[in-house]
Amino acid sequence: MGGRPAAAAPAAIELRGISKAFGAVQANRDINLTVPKGTIHGIIGENGAGKSTLMSILYGFYKPDAGEILVGGRAITIADSQTAIRAGIGMVFQHFKLVQNFTVLENVILGVEDGALLRPSLSKARGVLKQLAADYQLSVDPDETVENLSVGHQQRVEILKALYRQADILILDEPTGVLTPAEADHLFRILEGLKAEGKTIILITHKLREIMEITDNVSVMRRGEMVASVKTSETSPEQLAELMVGRKVLLNVDKTPARPQAPVLEVRDLTMRDAEGVERLRGISLDIRAGEILGIAGVSGNGQTQLLEILGGYPEKGAKVGGDVRMNGAPLPLSGSGCDAGQRRRDGVGHIPEDRQVEGLIMDFTAWENVAFGWHDAPEFNKGWLMDNDAIRRDAQAKMERFDVRPRDCHLAARNFSGGNQQKIVVAREIERNPDLLLIGQPTRGVDIGAIEFIHKQIVALRDAGKAILLVSVELDEILALSDRVAVMFDGRIMGERLPGQTTTGELGLLMAGITDTDHTPAEAGIPPEVAHDLPQGRA
Amino acid sequence: MDKMPKWADVILTPLISLILAMGISALVILAIGESPWMALTTMVEGALGSSYGWGFTLYYATNFVFTGLAVMVAYHASLFNIGGEGQAAMGGLGVALVLLYLPLPHWAIALPVAMVGAAAFGAAWAFLPAFLQAKRGSHIVITTIMFNFIAAALLNYVLVNQLRPVGSMDPASARFPEATNLPALTDIAAAMGFDWGRNSPVNVTFLVALAACFLIWVLIWRTRLGYQIRAFGRSEPGAVYAGINPVTITVIAMLISGGLAGMMAINNVMGEAERLVLNAVEGAGFIGIAVALMGRNHPLGILLAALLFGFLYQGGGELALWTSIPRELIIVIQALVILFTGALDNMVRMPLERLFLTMRRTSRGAVK
Repeated sequence: MGGRPAAAAPAAIELRGISKAFGAVQANRDINLTVPKGTIHGIIGENGAGKSTLMSILYGFYKPDAGEILVGGRAITIADSQTAIRAGIGMVFQHFKLVQNFTVLENVILGVEDGALLRPSLSKARGVLKQLAADYQLSVDPDETVENLSVGHQQRVEILKALYRQADILILDEPTGVLTPAEADHLFRILEGLKAEGKTIILITHKLREIMEITDNVSVMRRGEMVASVKTSETSPEQLAELMVGRKVLLNVDKTPARPQAPVLEVRDLTMRDAEGVERLRGISLDIRAGEILGIAGVSGNGQTQLLEILGGYPEKGAKVGGDVRMNGAPLPLSGSGCDAGQRRRDGVGHIPEDRQVEGLIMDFTAWENVAFGWHDAPEFNKGWLMDNDAIRRDAQAKMERFDVRPRDCHLAARNFSGGNQQKIVVAREIERNPDLLLIGQPTRGVDIGAIEFIHKQIVALRDAGKAILLVSVELDEILALSDRVAVMFDGRIMGERLPGQTTTGELGLLMAGITDTDHTPAEAGIPPEVAHDLPQGRA
Repeated sequence: MDKMPKWADVILTPLISLILAMGISALVILAIGESPWMALTTMVEGALGSSYGWGFTLYYATNFVFTGLAVMVAYHASLFNIGGEGQAAMGGLGVALVLLYLPLPHWAIALPVAMVGAAAFGAAWAFLPAFLQAKRGSHIVITTIMFNFIAAALLNYVLVNQLRPVGSMDPASARFPEATNLPALTDIAAAMGFDWGRNSPVNVTFLVALAACFLIWVLIWRTRLGYQIRAFGRSEPGAVYAGINPVTITVIAMLISGGLAGMMAINNVMGEAERLVLNAVEGAGFIGIAVALMGRNHPLGILLAALLFGFLYQGGGELALWTSIPRELIIVIQALVILFTGALDNMVRMPLERLFLTMRRTSRGAVK
C-alpha cells in the first residue's frame, strides 16, 4: 500500500451510529466519528457530554446499544479491554492504574508476562523500554518504584504500558489535569513524536488551549451527541466554546478594578506539620483586604489544601499548627477547642471546599438537606429540639431558583445532579450567607463552561459587595481571570506575589515549579512563550 | 436510589427474599422426610393461631425491636454495633440492681426507673468500644464482640458470687419485689373489658417498644443530632468540614445504641423472668442485626421485621414441640431467612432494579 495517498487509507477508527443509554439517560446518541491515521484528534465537551462513555465503549468497558466500530477499516466487536488491546487501542486514564509499590518495569509487563517466570519478560521489557525512551523522549528509570515518581513520570509509565502492548491508537483522558505547565508541554512533545511515527492519538479534554495547541482535528460533543467535527486550523476557541455549550460564552470575566479596603484576614508565619511530622506549611504570610480576591496558584499538593483547612477551622488530625492568624483584627484560634469549623462559620468565614463530593456535600442527602450542611445550627433552620425542615426546604428552593440549579427539585439526592449543579448548590449555600471572608478551593473543577461562567460572576459580585476572598485553584487561567493579586505556592511557601496584569503564565509557571531565579527567562527554562497566548485579553 | 419505586425497594424486595428463604426451607424439610405444608401450618397455628401464641410472638418481637433499633442508630453513624448481646445482658444487670436495691412501691414508678437503669448499663457497656473507636481507631466490630464475652463472664460472676440468694443452687438473682412486676397486656385488656385469652409474656414493654420506634424516627430524621449522625455516617471528611465532631458523634451514637439494646431487659428480665437469670438475652442481640438489615434501618421496617422474627421464634418453638422436626432445623430456617433478607439482599435487588428500568424504558418508548 506504500504508493497510495494517505487520504485513501482506511481511518484508524471509525464509529458509525453509536448509541448507549444508562437507564433513562441517553449517554451517547447516534455518534459518528472518523479519526484518520497518524493524526491527533481532540474530543471536547462539557462534563457529562458523553466523552468518557464513548471512549469506554471504544475500550470495551461498555457495550453499545447500537452502532458499529471500525478499526483500520475492519468492523470489530470490542467485548472487553483485551479485545481493544489486541486491536491496537491503548488507553491512558485520568486516574492512573499503576501498582504503586511495583517498579516501572513490573508495571509495564503486568498482565502481559510471557510465562510463569518473570526474568525473561523483564529483560525483554527493559530493551523495549530503552528503545521507546530513545524514540519518543519517554525516559523513565525502569527500576524506580512508581510511588517515587512524579505525576508527570507516572503518566509516562502509562503511555509506555500502552506502547509496550503495541498500541497504534492511544486514547488519553484529560491527561493534563494533574500536570504542571512544563510537564504538560513535555507531554505534548511526546504526543507529537508519536504522531510523527504514525501513531493515532485521541485526546479527551475540556481545555480549549490544549485542543488549539496540539490537535489536527477536533470533535465537539454536547449532551451525548457529536455536534461538530472540524479541522483545528479552521476553528477558534470562541467557536468551540459556543459549540460546547450551545451558546456564546464569555471566556474572560467581566470585572471592574478592585477597591480594596481594610484588611479582613492577616496571616503571619503560618506553619503546619502533619501527624507524620512532614512540614506542609513553612511560614505563610498573606493579607486579604475587604473587596479583593487573592488568588493562590500552584500545582496541587503544595500546601494549599492544608492552608484552606486551617483557615476553615479543621486542620487535619494530629497536625501541629503555628503562627498567627487574625480576622478583622481578632486572633483566630488555630488549635484546641476554639478551632472548630462551626465556630469559624459563626465568625463569618464561608468555605467552598476543594472536593464537593467528599467534603462539600453529602452525596446521599437531598439537595435541601445539603443546603443546611454546615449551617444546621443556624437558628432559622431550627425550632427547639427539632430541625425546621419546611424552612430548610423553602430556603433550598429559593437558593436553587436564584442559582439556576437544574433540575429545580430540592428532594433529589445530591448525587443525581451533574457536577456543575452540585457545585452551584455548594456555592449558593456559602455565598448567600454573605461571609466576611470566603475561602474557595477549586471552584470549577469538573464543572461545565456554562456553570463556570455563572460561578465566576457570583464570586466577583461577592467581592464587589466588599468581602474578602481567598481563591485556590490549579487552573492558572481561572486564577488570572478572577484574582486581583496572585500568590504562587510551592512546597508550603509563598514563592511570590504578582499582579495578574503584569505577569505571564510563563513566569507563574516557573514560580509554580519552585524557581525564583529571575535570571531565567521562560524560554530558557523550557517553557515556550506561546503558552502565554491564552492569557485574558489585554493582560498578556 | 431512584432505580425503582420506593414500595418495590421497601416491600417487594424483602418479600421475595422471604419467599425464597421459605422455598429452600421447604426443600430442607422435604429432604428429612417431613411435610413442609404441615410445618408451615404448625408454625402459623402456634405463633398466630391463638392469643397465647400471639402473646409469645409479640413478646419476642419486643426484644427484637429494641436490639434492631440499637443496630440501626449505630448504622446511621456508619458504626456496626454487634455488641447488642452484651449490652442487653448488662441492661439486665442494671434492671436487677435497680429493682433489688431501690424501694419502688409500684410498677408505674419502677418502670421508668428500671428503664433508666437498663439504658445506663447498656450505654455504659457501649461506651468503651465507642471511645476506643473514636480516639484510637480500634475497630468497633472487634471491640463490641469482645465485650459480649466480657459481659457474659461478668454476669456469670455477679450472679454466682453476688446476686445469688443464700442457699440457692440456681445462678440467678432473687425474685424482684411483687409490686414492681409489669402488667401483662392480657391483664390490661381484661381491665379494659376485653377477654384476651390465656396468660402470655407480652407486657407493657411492647407499648414502650412502639414508642421507642417513633422516638428513634424523630431522633434520626427530625433532630439536629440525627442530622449530624447521618451526615457523619455518610462522609466523615464532610462532617469535619461541616463542624461536626467525629469523636462526639461516634460516642453519642454508640451510647444511644447501647442504651436501646440495654432497654430490652425491661421486657425479658423485668417483664417476663422477674429475676435475673444466666443467658437471659438468648441471642436477641444478634437477631437485632438481621432485623435492622431486613427493616432497611428504618423504625417501621424494624417493627415489621421484628414481628416476622417473633413469629419465627415462636413458630419454631411450636414446631419442635408438636412435630418430629428436630429443634436444630428451626435454626436452619431462621438462618435462611437472615441469609436471604440480609446477606443476599443484592441478589434479589439487582435483578429487580434491572426489571424496573426496562419496564420504565419500554413504557416511555410506548408514549413516544
